[in-house]
Amino acid sequence: MQITPLGDSALTLTLGDSINESTHRQVQAAWRSLSAEPLPGVSEVTPAYTTVTVFFDTARVVAAGAPEDEVVEWLTARVRERLKNPPKSAKAGKPRTVEIPVCYGGEYGPDLGRVAAQARLFPEEVVKRHSAAKYLVHLIGFAPGFPYLGGLPKELITPRHAKPRMAVPPGTVAIGGEQTGIYPQVTPGGWNLIGCTSLKLFRPDLNPPVLLQAGDEVRFKAITPEEFKRLEEEAR
Amino acid sequence: MIRVLKPGLLTTVQDLGRPGYQQYGVVVGGALDAFAARVANLIVGNDDNAALLEMAQTGPDLQFERAALVAWNGGDFEATIGGRPLLRDRAVRVEPGETLSFGVARRGLRAWLAVAGGLDVPLVMGSRSTYRRAGLGGHNNGRPLAAGDRLQAFAPGEWATTVLASLGQREARATVWTVRPETLGPQAPAGTVRAVIGPEWDWFNNDAQKALFASEWEATREADRMGVRLHGPELALHKPREMISSAVNTGIVQVPPSGQPIVLLPSRQSVGGYPRIAAVASVDVGRFTQLRPGEKVRFERMPLAVAFKLQLQRERDLGRVRMGLARLTG
Repeated sequence: MQITPLGDSALTLTLGDSINESTHRQVQAAWRSLSAEPLPGVSEVTPAYTTVTVFFDTARVVAAGAPEDEVVEWLTARVRERLKNPPKSAKAGKPRTVEIPVCYGGEYGPDLGRVAAQARLFPEEVVKRHSAAKYLVHLIGFAPGFPYLGGLPKELITPRHAKPRMAVPPGTVAIGGEQTGIYPQVTPGGWNLIGCTSLKLFRPDLNPPVLLQAGDEVRFKAITPEEFKRLEEEAR
Repeated sequence: MIRVLKPGLLTTVQDLGRPGYQQYGVVVGGALDAFAARVANLIVGNDDNAALLEMAQTGPDLQFERAALVAWNGGDFEATIGGRPLLRDRAVRVEPGETLSFGVARRGLRAWLAVAGGLDVPLVMGSRSTYRRAGLGGHNNGRPLAAGDRLQAFAPGEWATTVLASLGQREARATVWTVRPETLGPQAPAGTVRAVIGPEWDWFNNDAQKALFASEWEATREADRMGVRLHGPELALHKPREMISSAVNTGIVQVPPSGQPIVLLPSRQSVGGYPRIAAVASVDVGRFTQLRPGEKVRFERMPLAVAFKLQLQRERDLGRVRMGLARLTG
């Protein structure tokens, strides 16, 4: 594991050099160890695909005992120590599985045909394969609640649009290259839109404010437009 | 108690941001120049994290219904109170019914206006800062100010109340003392920002490494609360290389395939996928919030240990000012 400065207010721990489940588990373990009981002066710890980033406030780190000339060295030593002796509260729970009802195709997924053509499959077969796979939430980023999911079946890999759409509706399930994700808010987006869920991915009134968190398992369940409309009504 | 007569171009309620939620994709945000905001708050006796107004390019017209103690700093705005100039960097008493007008910025782009007590808007996920993209925080679900809005402030503290009363008995309604954020800590020369090398420094070829610190960089129109894109020599990698997205931080200089660097500001995304050639020292990030399109800036390279020293020195200077101000009414 490498620990390198990210400017003068953060350190990045690098735990692997490719996106895979074993690196993901190491990232999650390190993130839990460092965020369960924050180190002195640390304001926030963020996991990504292969890295964990520790944000700190220099004045507080120095107030906690770091020599002024050795802020990075001191904090790095604390991080390494912590990873060797993780607090009990950092133990992993069982991964949650979250089922996401998706209405595929039609107005809900205008690019389903494009994905199907790319894969040389019927659209129904794309839906079957996309909803049969098991996905892992690697990280949440890009927008509040946006999950980067690993586990897309290889045959469904579809290049991004050359020109991004100006506004992708919230709840849209999309494929961008090897990645799949769900847009929580209206944003511009260049991924292929294949369906839509009525579930809210970002809920600022709740704690945590997101439906999905890094480490969760996700399964998509195909539903009809009628079911989608009913769920949407219920969510109001 | 404060009526918005004119909102200005982009005036928002901000505090020191919403840390702790980047793991959920929520930006930290907050005042673009956190240090300037802290100093504005300090001048009116507020906590560092009190909510204040951030304005950009053209400021608001605000009518105060009650007497208040205010202070502003940042770029050089055409600011008036009841038609007279509103002095910068000092506590000023506003009388009931008076209007503060911030015209157009003459130099710089942004300014911060603190009101004693701090603005009273709902705390959302631990912060009062406006987060436009997610439509939350600030005074009205993440929206900038609009004409007709009414803002409330919390009751001023004891110190501010004393200062307000003493100014009420004098002809001049501004304090004689000033606190200028740009004088705290050792300063970089005008047009220069200090920077340390970034995590992917070694990915860049020798020409790029030299050009970063040897060239003048021009601020472009592509600038917002997320970052500022600079224009200059193309910064190239040794060979094409893809980065796996990882967390980014305020001040990071990332280089997309165009070769033109982008300096990230507080409303940056939580993760980025472009190689990071350098990082602006925290004490100098505020300079990017004042750069107008076409203005030039140079990077001065410094060791990381020096960047920490600058931060600590600035905090010590601020601490001394804080103690001095406390004694004024003690």
